[in-house]
Amino acid sequence: MAAASDVKVLGMWSCPYVNRAQLALCIKSIEYEFIEENTLKKSDMLLKHNPVHKKIPVLIHGDKSVCESCIIVEYIADAFDTGPRILPSDAYDRALARFWAAYIDDKWYPLVKVLRQSGDKEERKSLVQKLFEGLILLEEAFIGCSKGMAYFGGDSIGYLDIILGSCLACLRVTEKVVGVELMDPTKAPQLAK
Amino acid sequence: MADDLKLLRTWSSPYALRVVHALKIKGLEYETVLEDITRKSASLLEYNPLHKKVPVLLHNGRPVCESLVILEYIDDVYKQPPLLPQDPHEKAMARFWAQFGDDKVMPSTWRVFTSEGKDQEEAIGPLTENLKFLEEQLKGKSFFGGEAIGYVDLAFGWMGNLISILEEIIDLKLVDAEKFPLLSAWINKFSDDPVIKAFWPPRDKMVEKFKAMREHFLKQVP
Repeated sequence: MAAASDVKVLGMWSCPYVNRAQLALCIKSIEYEFIEENTLKKSDMLLKHNPVHKKIPVLIHGDKSVCESCIIVEYIADAFDTGPRILPSDAYDRALARFWAAYIDDKWYPLVKVLRQSGDKEERKSLVQKLFEGLILLEEAFIGCSKGMAYFGGDSIGYLDIILGSCLACLRVTEKVVGVELMDPTKAPQLAK
Repeated sequence: MADDLKLLRTWSSPYALRVVHALKIKGLEYETVLEDITRKSASLLEYNPLHKKVPVLLHNGRPVCESLVILEYIDDVYKQPPLLPQDPHEKAMARFWAQFGDDKVMPSTWRVFTSEGKDQEEAIGPLTENLKFLEEQLKGKSFFGGEAIGYVDLAFGWMGNLISILEEIIDLKLVDAEKFPLLSAWINKFSDDPVIKAFWPPRDKMVEKFKAMREHFLKQVP
């Protein structure tokens, strides 16, 4: 069992990508030390452990470091055999989970940040529309992956729940800033639940 | 009963080539369905409705999309020879470098290729920085995967044929053998590997295609 000193997370409390690492460690009941980073003044530790991107989150496990949030979650799933499975047991379901995670990170979630920062009314309208279209796709994905149960991962929180779930806080903030209910239960009832 | 494998791809897609190479390395039989990206087939739209892109691997009728997801899927289902390392940290590093390739190396190469003059000069810096990381990764190794071609090699496979094609078109060295001896050696070794080179698309057609792409992009610049 890893001691808390063996596992560190470099991050910021408010960053959804960091939250993914924390969620995964929590599911696996792994204690860890959280080291708060100031992204305006990056620490030597961050620059040492992520020289390529110089970004959070970074997971440090003993003398090894892992960067990029989805890769960190998969590492935690692979490296620690405590707690429930994070990735589906079936290879095809794993492929689907990875596919939708890539969609969320490459296409859907980036729109949320652009929306929050946009001051242009027409641009906001167009972004909200795109987000709703994506939400309907994610609703279909949820129905397929959950197989009638509460989570993408079935009866327990899994990989896609972590990837999408970590985005919820920022999604809620954006909803308040823009005045639109993005996680609209009329459009995506299962996801809203 | 034998598995039914089909691969929807185009003649030139480097992403699809990753899957072609992976299937060959695994010794798997499959049917190729060639797509025309200007006239996408009903099958492609059915099996990849979200992105409408190749490659799509159909395994017993079930689609898997996105080339790196497909590589992991193939590696999960058909274990030998392994493409990804078994060790969790080494596996994480393989995924990291593959993603770096798609997020940074490919776009920075493309920026140099689709620009000219001062814009091109400015684009060279970021590409050089990215290539330095790859050079570092090859220290003490024949391939990114170690002694055999693996997941990261396949992820960077596009460099095996495309770098020299792009260099010929723009008359500019992108991967200088003096600055990047290990990466240059890797490009040669990878592209000459019998499993890999059997599937390179025709070079003259590639030169023609990418020349046209460069001209198209240069016209877009205000």
